[in-house]
Amino acid sequence: MAIKSVTRREFLKKSATAGVGLATLPLLANCAPAPTPAPAAAQPTAAPAKATAPAVVTTATFNWQRFKGEKIEITFTMGNMVDVLMKYHKEFEDLTGITVGAEQIPEQQARQKQVMEFNAGATSFDVCHYSYHVHKRLFAKNKWTVDLREYLNDPTMTPPDFDWNDFSPGAKAYATDTEGRICSIPIKIDFWMLYWNKELFQAKGIEYPKTFDEMLEAARKLHDPGKNVVGYLARGLKNANVPVWTHLMQGWGVDPIDAKGNFYTDSPEAIEAAKLYQSLLKNYSAAGVSGFNWNECQSAFVLGQAAMWQDGIGFATPLEDKTKSKVFGKVGYGVFPKGPKAQHSAMFGDGIGISAFSKKKGPAYFYCIWATSKLNQLRVLQAGAAVPPRSSALGNPDRAKGSTMPAEYFECLEGSGKILRAGLPEIIPVTEFRDIFGIALTNMIGGADPATELKKATADFKPIYEKSEKG
Amino acid sequence: MRSWLDHVPRPLRAALPGRHGYSRRQTYILFLLPALVVIFAVIIFPWLFTIWMSLNDWQMGMQRAFIGPANFQNLATNTRFLETIPRTLFFTVLGVIAPLVLGVFAAEVFHQQFPLRGLLRGIFVMPMMTTPVAIALIFIMMYHPQLGVLNYLLSLVGIPPQLWIYDKNTVIPALVLVETWQWTPLVMLIVLGGLAALPTEPYESAVIDGASYWDMFRYITLPLVTPFLMVALIIRTIDALKSFDIIFVMTQGGPGTASETINIYLYLQAFSFFNIGHASAVVIVFFVIILALALILLAARERLRWTQ
Repeated sequence: MAIKSVTRREFLKKSATAGVGLATLPLLANCAPAPTPAPAAAQPTAAPAKATAPAVVTTATFNWQRFKGEKIEITFTMGNMVDVLMKYHKEFEDLTGITVGAEQIPEQQARQKQVMEFNAGATSFDVCHYSYHVHKRLFAKNKWTVDLREYLNDPTMTPPDFDWNDFSPGAKAYATDTEGRICSIPIKIDFWMLYWNKELFQAKGIEYPKTFDEMLEAARKLHDPGKNVVGYLARGLKNANVPVWTHLMQGWGVDPIDAKGNFYTDSPEAIEAAKLYQSLLKNYSAAGVSGFNWNECQSAFVLGQAAMWQDGIGFATPLEDKTKSKVFGKVGYGVFPKGPKAQHSAMFGDGIGISAFSKKKGPAYFYCIWATSKLNQLRVLQAGAAVPPRSSALGNPDRAKGSTMPAEYFECLEGSGKILRAGLPEIIPVTEFRDIFGIALTNMIGGADPATELKKATADFKPIYEKSEKG
Repeated sequence: MRSWLDHVPRPLRAALPGRHGYSRRQTYILFLLPALVVIFAVIIFPWLFTIWMSLNDWQMGMQRAFIGPANFQNLATNTRFLETIPRTLFFTVLGVIAPLVLGVFAAEVFHQQFPLRGLLRGIFVMPMMTTPVAIALIFIMMYHPQLGVLNYLLSLVGIPPQLWIYDKNTVIPALVLVETWQWTPLVMLIVLGGLAALPTEPYESAVIDGASYWDMFRYITLPLVTPFLMVALIIRTIDALKSFDIIFVMTQGGPGTASETINIYLYLQAFSFFNIGHASAVVIVFFVIILALALILLAARERLRWTQ
């Protein structure tokens, strides 16, 4: 995909002409907080600039060159967003005089590297990019990343146009631990939604489903193995499949484990969600779906072999690549249908923080605020690389400039942004949680009884969770 | 001029102090020291540390506590771990037999004289030189139930589509197929070396006696190449037991736990759950299993040596 980027000059010009109302679009404002919402103390008191203020600018009152001559190391989790940021590293180096060394590591390996280095008490990096839904609690518990409140409140360290309050409440809560420490700055969020093939829907005269019941019915009607079309696609591979179930569970207004540590994993709501998962994937999905991760689902959808696909909106870009996608121009981006009791979009997010073992915390902080500046967040959105947590980027009138994504994509972002809810419980052993419940869900696709599987998985996981809370 | 040292018996000289107060024996030990330090650092210390970790309840980011043999006791009752043992052995048996049979057949073929034999031998051993992760990614595409080329080929001959690695009943054989594709050339090379070393006289006698090709293979070739087959068997057994990369990239132990071998379980415990104490206990148990199998195979090989 050709990424048309904006220059700083263009951005300043456009932002100046944009109305205040547009830029303060209350997107995400209503998103549900994470299970462990940030206490009030988490909000830094530094006077924020208006959300319309443009991004990275050197002002007379702020000295970006304060750490000139320093060198920092950054470890990123591989992804399109990182590509966009790295493309502009020269701009950061020119602005600050700080040299950047950056590495991109695949997700699983990046997670291992970070935990092992933090645990060893010495990190090779000053800045680390990590997933809140995996490592927030572990990093916060061990205080492996620096509390940024002092920096955010220091006008000599944070330029006035940075504006912490421009980040959505949900994203700020995600970045804040239970003690009110701001452990990182949110850099991207992912919403779960429903991709749908408009052509297949129209061929059978079916409307986009508004409820879970309608979704199941649509999957039934559209499932046509004879024509190599499946009604519904979602992850079946263990571990990867758990967010599908937790997302469905949100339709009953329930999280698997709440902020107080109460388990709902074998509750009637969880069982109903699991039955729906089983029904969709066992009856109306692809053969072999129990081995499908997002990439297998994406491949099938991009070839027009699926009517619906439930996953994160971050996987949308290849669908709009007309050289590769057979569904180019036919993709609908739907806000996830309403469940029996609630309507939510599962939220996942990443942040960048400063290693507590770094000897270059100041330069590292400068990088963090540059990478999450309004300008860079807009660039990431325009590139279709990720969904930024900044309201100003999502509400910017130029958000679609240079983007290959259709207007409906941005409408889905807006709509989903209003109903966000953390997709996974914020617990330390989240990987074990995904592993144990993932196996149960895979077994269900094979025909196992949801209630029995969930009961067994809950019994297996509870001791692990209790041990993690004690340790 | 004779020195006083010449009057000392030769065996005792080494024990005498040298010019700087050291005996020669001490000097020799000093020369050995660098090698001993390296061996201790890269072999002995990791083993001692692994044993120590296996006696602790230690998860990264959590408090460590000494728990003695509790990790091993937990393993003895851990259903998920126990299920990985027969699964690993099943994978190993299939992953050894298939390359051995096909490798012997291929060696017989490539032992014959025919045009372009050298070129074809070169092509045949290429899978062995390919990166396992690349092989795994290619096979994932080939195995895809809807988009994969294998199901398309089956459809041409009227066979219904298979689920390959996407079904718990076929995942292990499908993974073994990849192993077989990659490692049959190794067996072929070992057996081919054996065939080249065989004497020709028994075959000449057999031809005179009117033996068929199969008889010669069954009663002359096979017994004579058995020691070479044992080498291949030992290498393949240890390799198949340790197999990780292909399984991890292709299935991560799934669907469910259907292809979760000891190695995959170990990886999950150590590097996904950071459960270091438990994983260390698995390492030790796994090492004992590999050692036991290797010793059995080595003993069998000793009994089958035809050179003695």
